[in-house]
Amino acid sequence: MKWTKKHIISINDFSRDEIDFVLEKSGILEKKLSSSRTSSLMAGKILANLFFEPSTRTRMSFEAAMKRLGGITIGFDHPGISSEVKGETIADTVRIVSGYADVIVIRHPVEGSARLASEYSDVPIINGGDGANQHPTQTLLDLYTIKKEFKKIDGLDICIVGDLKYGRTVHSLTNSLENYDVRIRFISPQELRAPRQIVKSLSNRGIEVKETTKLNLKNSDVIYVTRIQKERFPDPQEYERVKGAFILNLNSLEGIRDNAIIMHPLPRVSEISTDIDSTKHARYFEQAKNGIPVRMALLCLVCDIKF
Amino acid sequence: MTEKEDKVLKIKTIKNGIVIDHIRQGKAPDVLKILGIDENFRDALTFAMNVPSRDLGRKDIVKVENRDIDTNEINKIAIIAPDATINIIKDYKVVRKEKVTLPEQIIGIIKCPNPQCITNKEREPITSVFVVKQVNPLILRCKYCEREISSGILTYIKAH
Repeated sequence: MKWTKKHIISINDFSRDEIDFVLEKSGILEKKLSSSRTSSLMAGKILANLFFEPSTRTRMSFEAAMKRLGGITIGFDHPGISSEVKGETIADTVRIVSGYADVIVIRHPVEGSARLASEYSDVPIINGGDGANQHPTQTLLDLYTIKKEFKKIDGLDICIVGDLKYGRTVHSLTNSLENYDVRIRFISPQELRAPRQIVKSLSNRGIEVKETTKLNLKNSDVIYVTRIQKERFPDPQEYERVKGAFILNLNSLEGIRDNAIIMHPLPRVSEISTDIDSTKHARYFEQAKNGIPVRMALLCLVCDIKF
Repeated sequence: MTEKEDKVLKIKTIKNGIVIDHIRQGKAPDVLKILGIDENFRDALTFAMNVPSRDLGRKDIVKVENRDIDTNEINKIAIIAPDATINIIKDYKVVRKEKVTLPEQIIGIIKCPNPQCITNKEREPITSVFVVKQVNPLILRCKYCEREISSGILTYIKAH
């Protein structure tokens, strides 16, 4: 496939072919990483990390990816030291930084900021999260983790647990799964059900969707868990009641498929008990690690580096 | 009775003004709002709702005496009534007939309902853009924050 994307803004911009291409390329770079810890594919190139809100994992993961490719990184990870506090627009910041760097990763709390940035940049923009809207590299690493495990995505039973109403990662993941022939089970408290628009959209694409409030993890290949946030509940007592019903512990794994994997975008708080970490089902730490080859692949692809 | 005869019977022709035909059933009041026509309007106004139509099943029609229409208003009507035709009448004759077209992208007309959307931040050099995701029923998606709107679209149309 010929890669034509200059910017990575939203998973909704990707066709299935493009997603599969990124996953395939990520696999190539992961193999390279296992034989040699670094490469020189991006030698002499500069990545600018513009993090207008704090992030540890996404920023470090992009930094590690760029450095493993032989490139260097510049940028800031706190809005207090950017020119935004002096009143500079995102458009101006991006115009200026695109003169300094070969590729820009931007995280900003305002939704749509990455798309705006792409309109004012001469160099590729990668969205590292724009508020509650999109975090496409997280979705691609989620899909990469699934495909790496099962060698396919089609035909899988995927169950998604937790905050399905507000969770950005859940929305992006389900949007991307519209491209595949999967069966989805949503498990959440009644108050945090998936938006109707998402369920309808999946159904329109012929995907079998089930919704339940019972934490039944049987008959699933992928169990994707997300955090239920306290601030989503007006009544703290209601939160306490609901929270307990969606905590995964060893008992909840009884009867699940032998090869089922448990994923989580992290950070987790208490929704997956730590005694699951050592089971053969836990994949969340490996999932975070998979962010490196996926982000390496995306950096190379948008910079038109052949590999 | 043909559609034409039916129309003649129910709505009188006008001397000068505009006739907006083929408005989707029930949308005539929204078209009047876009034209800024309210109880203070003093010229002759006729409108018909739920008229039989060959193409639409049922349709609405609006006739306004001594009124012109600009491109901005036509673009707004295209969102509410994407099948509408606009007839400009001079001396009882149709001097111009125009079918509205719903563009693939609606630029600068709709205010994004998401307060967290970058298009609602004053400092940035940005114009709202909505992409037509589905025509019937209409679903619009903000190009920036990706918020989708499908009902009550009139409330998001900017006044000017």
